Amino acid sequence: MQVSVAWLNEWLDKPVVADQLAAQLTMAGLEVDAVLPVAGEFSGVVVGEIIAREKHPEADRLSVYQVSDGTATFQVVCGASNAAVGLKIPFAKVGALLPENKAIGQAKLRGVESFGMLCGADELGLDDDTDGLLVLPAEAPLGVDLRAFLKLDDHTLELDLTPNRGDCLSLRGLAREVAALNALAVEEPAMPDVVASIQDVPAIQIKAAACPHYVGRIIRNVDAGAKTPLWMRERLRRAGVRSIDAIVDVTNYVMLELGQPMHAFDCANINGGITVRLAAAGESLVLLDGSKKTLTEKTLLIADDAAPLAIAGVMGGVHSAVNESTRDVLLEAAFFDAVAMAGTARQYGLHTDSSHRFERGVDPQGQRRAIERATALLLDIVGGQAGPVVESCSAQQAPADAVLLRRDAIERVLGLAMPDTDIVGILKRLGCDPLPHQLGWQVSVPSWRFDISREVDLIEELARVYGYNRLPVATPSYAMQLKPCPETQRSDDRYRDLLVDRGYREAITYSFVDPAFQQQLMGQSAAVTVQNPIASDMAAMRLSLWPGLLKAVMGNVHRQQHRVRLFEVGLVFAGADAGAQRRRMAGIVCGLAQEPHWEAKGRPVDFFDVKSDVEALLALAGMDQSVSFKASGHAALHPGQSAQILINGVESGWVGALHPLVQQRLDLSGAIYLFELCLDRVSSGKLPSFKSLSRFPETRRDLALVLDSAISAQTVADEIRQLAGSHLKALSVFDQFTGTELGNNKKSLGFAMVFQHPERTLTDDEITSVIERVVQGTTDRFGAIVRN
Amino acid sequence: MENREAWVAEALAAVEAAQSVADLEQVRVGWLGKKGRVTDLLKALGKLPVEDRPAAGAEINVVKEQIQGAIGARRLTLETQAIAERLAREQVDVTLPGRGELPGSLHPVTRTIRRIRTFFESAGFDVAEGPEIETDYYNFEALNIPAHHPARAMHDTFYVEDGMVLRTHTSPVQIRVMEGTKPPIRIICPGRVYRCDSDVTHTPMFHQVEGLLIDENTNFAELKGVVQEFLAAFFEKPLGVRFRPSYFPFTEPSAEVDIECVICGGKGCRVCKHSGWLEVMGCGMVHPEVFRHTGIDGERYQGFAFGMGVERLAMLRYGVNDLRLFFENDVDFLKQFS
Repeated sequence: MQVSVAWLNEWLDKPVVADQLAAQLTMAGLEVDAVLPVAGEFSGVVVGEIIAREKHPEADRLSVYQVSDGTATFQVVCGASNAAVGLKIPFAKVGALLPENKAIGQAKLRGVESFGMLCGADELGLDDDTDGLLVLPAEAPLGVDLRAFLKLDDHTLELDLTPNRGDCLSLRGLAREVAALNALAVEEPAMPDVVASIQDVPAIQIKAAACPHYVGRIIRNVDAGAKTPLWMRERLRRAGVRSIDAIVDVTNYVMLELGQPMHAFDCANINGGITVRLAAAGESLVLLDGSKKTLTEKTLLIADDAAPLAIAGVMGGVHSAVNESTRDVLLEAAFFDAVAMAGTARQYGLHTDSSHRFERGVDPQGQRRAIERATALLLDIVGGQAGPVVESCSAQQAPADAVLLRRDAIERVLGLAMPDTDIVGILKRLGCDPLPHQLGWQVSVPSWRFDISREVDLIEELARVYGYNRLPVATPSYAMQLKPCPETQRSDDRYRDLLVDRGYREAITYSFVDPAFQQQLMGQSAAVTVQNPIASDMAAMRLSLWPGLLKAVMGNVHRQQHRVRLFEVGLVFAGADAGAQRRRMAGIVCGLAQEPHWEAKGRPVDFFDVKSDVEALLALAGMDQSVSFKASGHAALHPGQSAQILINGVESGWVGALHPLVQQRLDLSGAIYLFELCLDRVSSGKLPSFKSLSRFPETRRDLALVLDSAISAQTVADEIRQLAGSHLKALSVFDQFTGTELGNNKKSLGFAMVFQHPERTLTDDEITSVIERVVQGTTDRFGAIVRN
Repeated sequence: MENREAWVAEALAAVEAAQSVADLEQVRVGWLGKKGRVTDLLKALGKLPVEDRPAAGAEINVVKEQIQGAIGARRLTLETQAIAERLAREQVDVTLPGRGELPGSLHPVTRTIRRIRTFFESAGFDVAEGPEIETDYYNFEALNIPAHHPARAMHDTFYVEDGMVLRTHTSPVQIRVMEGTKPPIRIICPGRVYRCDSDVTHTPMFHQVEGLLIDENTNFAELKGVVQEFLAAFFEKPLGVRFRPSYFPFTEPSAEVDIECVICGGKGCRVCKHSGWLEVMGCGMVHPEVFRHTGIDGERYQGFAFGMGVERLAMLRYGVNDLRLFFENDVDFLKQFS
């Protein structure tokens, strides 16, 4: 919504100043985005008249004009195509200063002296229109300063109104608001009703509840070619509305002035009477903008006996639109229900001044007034004879119920005991009628404040007009709430901190990813799809944090970052249900295992570097025993360097190298390692449980076993743990070795076993017999051979 | 003892000539060892007449002590020299960097959310979270934004399957908590939100923190107090804060909160569009319809809610000038929040 302050001031008993008004409206909840001058800065421009024209002797495109300012005549060279003898135009005299500090001096143009300049609207900063000179009305007084004549010392306010304040989408609404805020009176211009001079009436039938009220009137014998007066064009311009033709300009003007959208039909193209109804399936309509719309059955239409004429409240059809040859006009001012109007325009890809207002609501009592106002303006501008106003109602509109406003509720909500006089004063200024009630007031709300229907709406109005910043400030005090503090709970933050401490940087990537890339990576296409994505490569909800992290790594590698360690915590979406949205933590690593160091050349990161980060995370949850890593295939990962992470046997994550094929496709040169953990599987840690310490010595025995390469260390270790019995205190792999002397597909694993008894020293014999049992058992199970 | 002085001179010369502790030990063995020359003299005492023995013994002991003293002094010198050499040899350039990994960094959004959480947790608020793919009911309907509501257009919603949406704000978490909790309720709800909008100042995903306090006498004055205290704590300085009436379907009265521009101190600059003020959050008193939808008695309880954009706060706090940087994950950017 954009409005001229000068126009607004015509509606107020005391003028307001643009800047102060802007600040005040912003603080009253009607945010002013900009205060702009209605014209460029210029001086020395007066109303002039072209009184003679000669061809320029040297230039075909230029002419030499004699221009009068009422007292003297000036020779001016000009090339404007619409310049003609008899026109009144803005005349910048020698010494004038135009916008952007353009000084007008005496000049010679192709050898002919020129004393000043004839101006177009664009040259005065009025408009972008570069279409020749600005033509002033014939009655414009010669020699008068143009700024004064056009009242250009004015500003427009650009308002960004919240959707509840549809009532302020008009000059009248804004005037009421400004009056309420400043305790001024609204002085409406006189708008007398127009008495019918002919008896023609339109036949109107309402067949839809969404249109409770439709007002129409016929005006015959108009001169549709008449020009819109300059004052009206200026007001439209300052409101940001383009002038079309006199009839459309009048309907737009009334909409701006009174907030009631209107439409004018050409009677010659209405077949029979007007029906307000819902569209039938398959109907279509070519709109004013030339687009053809196939209508859906929920769409409210204005139709004649044969076909749809307009999408109600949104846009008229081209067939019944007024044009230069229109003789008879049907004017429409209707009330369409906001709920029914919602989404209609958007459904057809449209947004019009009319739909904007109807969606937010218009004054249900403003239709007749608008018709009368438009008729009066039309008769003035395009002439003709008006018929009687015809009103058609589908339902009797009951006035809104009065709202009970309790005095103690005001204090309870705002924390302020507002004096009664303030309350009543503010309500009255807002056009409300508060009747005293034992608890406070019964407040009747004016028809245009359809946003007020509850007590709290009134309280907000009181707070708003009183001033939010004058309301008290307090600190809440409440009873102490004593909360449990579960010791074993592990927060996401703890996991984040661990990775940060291990040199990772946290990334945040979009939750929607490229569907094709994700499918390639994850080998499944069950992702939740975004139906209206920003871009096609952001159309699938992620199934893993890897697609986003890979993209982040690629970005960094392209920016010459070769060592990257990133992690992310966030939801992945196995489905749209709340239960299918699970928290994961994932990491990605590439480049050197350590930052380059002066002492060593450094080696590339490998599987076990990343696995150790994963192990550290799992250790936080106290899961060293219940976790296992199972060599397993994942579409995204290297088949020989990937493991599924099992916690108590349940799949809980993955770790591994990015599959070399994927890596090549992404044009990444070094190996990439990835991991991902289901955070809900590690959200609780272990409560420490003390075991008594043994005072007796530990004994370490090492055992190197030659095994088939395919047998995993963990399988053997699990077996050893079984075989070694309860005095095995610690077991670790201290060596892995492969070599030709072991034979093909063989490897040697060195296990270190530490034994200790809680209550005595273990004897050599006891330990030896355990070792023998281990050797025998691993030989039986895996064909292991002890390597000496 | 004959030529005692020559003996001593010879021994002391040998001691002085020793260039290492090992050389010195050889000298000691040669003179004072079991078969050393002084030891031999002592052994030979027995062959002297008894009356001569004390004097001769005393003389030999003088010699022995002289040599011992010299050896001790020389050992100290040699040891000191050896340590000095070792120290010189073992000197490192302490300005070279150490080995190992330095800590990485939290994302500035996480860092900002933690600051916000710390403030509110210390004031007794709990943290609540919810799904990011939401039902229309939780994202809109229960928040008093029915299907026809023009406010929906302000939300630029992403739609997924079955009429579900990517949540456009963290407010649905407030509904989920209210449904299952008997007041008093004090929560904040941080998380990702999504809007179908992408340009220099909008990313299709960003973060919000929603706050909610419901109690029997919670009022607008307390809302103002909490918001003001929070902003002063967040920016760690007293700040001009103003409340502007606004409109959110789920609060009434509703307000936008502006702070005095932290860049120019309220004088007017590019960041605050020369207004001196920055819009930082929205808030208001919980709307009766929201109470109705969640089954909480709106006559007995009152509440306030507020919501803030995390990236916006992070940009102001750390001076980040481009929103899009938050999701490009450029290491050079992330590094600055170490």
